[in-house]
This record gives sequence, structure tokens and C-alpha cells, in this order.
Amino acid sequence: MTASPAPELGSLAGIAASVRAGERSARAVLAVSLDRVRELEGDLHCFNEVTVEAAEADADAVDRMVRAGLDPGPLAGVPVALKDNLCTVGIPTTCSSKILAGWLPPYDATVVSRLRDAGAVAIGKTNLDEFAMGSSTENSAFGPTRNPWDLGRVPGGSSGGSAAAVAAGMVPLAFGSDTGGSIRQPAALCGIVGVKPTYGVVSRYGLIAFASSLDQIGPFATTVADAALGLEVIAGHDPMDSTSLDRPAPSLLATLDEGVSGLRVGIVADFLSAGSECGDAVVAAAEALAAAGAKVDQVRIPELLLGLPAYYVIAPAEASSNLSRYDGVRYGLRVDGPDAETMNARTRGEGFGAEVKRRIMMGTYALSAGYYDAYYGQAQKARTLVIRAFEAAYRDFDVLLTPTTPSVAFPFGSKVDDPIEMYMCDLCSIPSSLAGHPAASVPFALSPEGLPIGVQVLAPALGEAVMMRVAASLEAAAPREARGPVTP
Amino acid sequence: MARLARLALDDDEVGRYAVQLSAILEHVDAVRRLDTADVPPTAHPFPVENVLRSDTERPSLDREVVLAQAPVAENDRFRVPRIMGEAP
Repeated sequence: MTASPAPELGSLAGIAASVRAGERSARAVLAVSLDRVRELEGDLHCFNEVTVEAAEADADAVDRMVRAGLDPGPLAGVPVALKDNLCTVGIPTTCSSKILAGWLPPYDATVVSRLRDAGAVAIGKTNLDEFAMGSSTENSAFGPTRNPWDLGRVPGGSSGGSAAAVAAGMVPLAFGSDTGGSIRQPAALCGIVGVKPTYGVVSRYGLIAFASSLDQIGPFATTVADAALGLEVIAGHDPMDSTSLDRPAPSLLATLDEGVSGLRVGIVADFLSAGSECGDAVVAAAEALAAAGAKVDQVRIPELLLGLPAYYVIAPAEASSNLSRYDGVRYGLRVDGPDAETMNARTRGEGFGAEVKRRIMMGTYALSAGYYDAYYGQAQKARTLVIRAFEAAYRDFDVLLTPTTPSVAFPFGSKVDDPIEMYMCDLCSIPSSLAGHPAASVPFALSPEGLPIGVQVLAPALGEAVMMRVAASLEAAAPREARGPVTP
Repeated sequence: MARLARLALDDDEVGRYAVQLSAILEHVDAVRRLDTADVPPTAHPFPVENVLRSDTERPSLDREVVLAQAPVAENDRFRVPRIMGEAP
């Protein structure tokens, strides 16, 4: 093991309380965060852009509010990092793609405005696999992010920059997007908490679309309580997103410490063979919950294994449609040609990286005349079977446990040449995405080589409160050294 | 497929993608072979009714700001190469 514990900024609630009380300034908190970025960014490459001046202006605005006797909000002075597929006015938003390099969005994502309204201070835009397609950040056009636990290994992806920034103690809170595991998988590989909310709980307005029926924004933090607060702030109905659920943000912190006594917990046996270290961690996690009063049993849900192949039809199909907008006309890169079609094709051929092109072609194929029913239609029906299987399981269980990932963080280059090997990273996280259900990854153990292992807690739609209670109980039972922040 | 998806690829890419996409299709074949008689498709995780807003005027994005991000703009419009082919 090469990583050592890092200095902690304190809990989000602690930071906000001290800033609100005027005991320390948002500017001083920001300085601690930016110092850590300066120290480690050269090794880790978490960020596509660190927005020092904008962050200082935001921190000063928070401090002015405090001096004026106003309340900046529940995240007063908390430095946060934003995945670079969340639109930010006047700050480049690239999706780590050459096709959007330098693009300045004309509006803020709803999540970005809600964070600002809560007093948070955004310090920059984090690296990702191009257009959120990947599990390692190796698909970024601007170079990979490294895992703070071991610089020779990937941080996971696609939200690898956000996960590594939190795991290295640069920020106490970051945001990513999760389509098939892009928050949970990097959280697990970086030894932190990552939450994918129920589809529709967080507005997607201003999140650059990958697969619209699956994409959700969620938080990364080092503790379950911090992730819960981060989610409470960004959740809730938004008329700008027509798939946003018309209900108030879930209340999570109020019930976080209620324990798991009497809860029915199912271990998904189908995923235990996925990886021995990670499977062992799930069994140990279940034992810890049983010791805390939960009723634990194993359950077989073989239909969940349909998730991976169904996802790798549905997500590319939606992506091929969503990414048709990058045509060299309205924004981003243009590579000229004698006519519009040649210009479109040259722009896209040069602007998109290998994985994005692979998925666009896969999706185009699955949607093309003659193959639509055999692939896309069938995948949509497989999606129904996954949802029905979950419904049956949740008649007997309140939450389900799986490994978050089949393995711990892997070395750079070990999966890039085999797309299917890379896709297998999402095996355990995809089913909840297809069902629109919430899921959280909690750091629970260390592998023999000292790398973090995450346990995934699944709950039915809008089951965030019970899911986070279980996550808090797991956190209480886990060894402290299994979670970040760490110093590489 | 690349033509349909408007992707200009070089010969190397075509060869590589042909192999990789065949492997991916083989992997997702489990879905194609599934017996799904009487199973309805799911396009969206939750049923969504029509979502409407009141039909009132509101400002849209500023034209100058939007056009400033275009690769080529002229006379308040996006400029693009020729779209129609030459007449035969």
C-alpha cells in the first residue's frame, strides 16, 4: 500500500456551521482546498479546469452574506468539484471530448445553481471518460486521472476525476453522473461514498445527455452523512426537466442514525461469484448488519444478469441519438468539407474518441431498420424483466446488497483493448440503473494489497432514506482505513 | 454503420471496429435470443404523463451569446457548407 491518511477538512455540516457562525471564512476554507489541489493535481489530474478566480469570488460572496447577517445556506463555504459534463455559464464544459473543447455553456445546470444557492463554492470541472462512456477515465481526450490509493491504477469511471478529488482530500464533496455505474464504480475504487439517486429525483437540466432514460446526477463524499447532505441540496422537482419527479427532495439526514433493526436485507447471490475479495466483503457487510439487528438472507435474482447485455444495447442506442447534435454547426469543433454531410462526418470522425465512436455505431446498428426489434426492442423487454425481478425481490426485502464492482482498481492499460472486459466493470451496478432505482456504494474493506472495496446497497424507487440508513450502519462497521481521504 | 452515423473513419478504424463490434454483438446476443412473448418493452423507468407548462412568453437564450459558440456564424445565423447536391 502506497497511500497514507490525509488531513481532513471536517464534515460538511462542520464546515458550514463554522462559516455561518463567522468562525472561519469561506475564503480560508477555499484556500485549504486549493492548496491541496496545488499539491496533488500534478500527480492525479482530477481536473480539466480549476476555476480559482470564480471560486474566490463565490467564497467572497458567501463571506459578505455572513457579515451582513444573512444565511448563505446548508453548504456555506463548502468547496465542491463538478464533473465536466455539468453546464457552467462562462466556464468551459467539455465532457473530456475534443468535440466540445473550449465550449462555454450559455446556462448553468440546475444542480450547479442549487449548489450555489446553498452556499457551496465550486472550484473546478473534473475529468471523465469522454461523454461519460467508460469505467477508468482512460477514455478522456485530455489524459487519464490517477487513483490516489495507487498512482498506477485507474480511479474508475466515468466520474473518475470527481471521485479521485474527494478521495485525495481536495474537496469534501463532488458531483458526478451515473448512467450504468459511473458514480458508484469510481466511489468503490477510490474508497469513498457514491450515491445514484432514483431516476427523476435530481434534475438533469444542464447535464450533457448520454443515455437520457438512465442518466442521474449524484454526490461523492467521504462519509454517508456528507453524501446525504449533498443529495438533499441538489434533489427536488425542477420544471426545466420533464422527467423530474414532482415531489419534494427526500429527507435523509433526519433518519440516518435510526439503525437497521428489523430491516430485511437480501444478499444477491448471483453476484457473489463475480469477484472473491469483493464478494467476501458483501458477506462480511451482511454479517455486520445482522449483528446490528437486521434480518439477512440470500436471494437469487438471475434476471439481473440480463442487465449488462440489455444495457449495452439501450445505452448506446440512446447515445447515438443524443450525440447526433455534435454536427459541427452550432457549437464545438468543425472540420470543414465540401458539403454539409462531409463536414458532419469529418467533424465527428476527428472530434470523437474511440469508445464514443464505438458506442455510436453500436447504437446506430441497434436502432437501424431490420435490427431494431431484434436488438433495441428485445433489450427494452429485457429491461422489463429486470424491473419485474426487482419487484418480486422487494416483496421480501427492504434493501439488497451486492459488490459495487467485480474487482478492485485495476492497472492502467489492462482493459482498454478489450471493450467487453471494460463493460464487465458495470455488471453489478447496471440493474438498478435500468430499473431507475437508487443505489449507493460504501467503502467497507481493504484488499490484501491495500486497495479499497465497496459494498453496494440497492433499494426500490424512492427508497433513498432506508438505503442511506443501511449505508450509515455499514460505515459504522467498516474499518476506518478502508475509506479516504488519502495522500498518494 | 459509420456512414449512417456520420462518422468519417480511416481504414485502420474500420478494421478494428468490425472486430470489436462483432464481439459486442455476440455478447448482447443473450438479449436477442430471449423469449419475450407477452413482455411489454420499457422505454423509461417510470410512466411519464405529458408534462406541460403554461403558454406564457419568457426570454430564451441570448442570440449573441449562442452564436458566439458557433464554429462559423454570419448575419445572425449559423453558416454551413452546401447542403443540396449539384443538379444532375
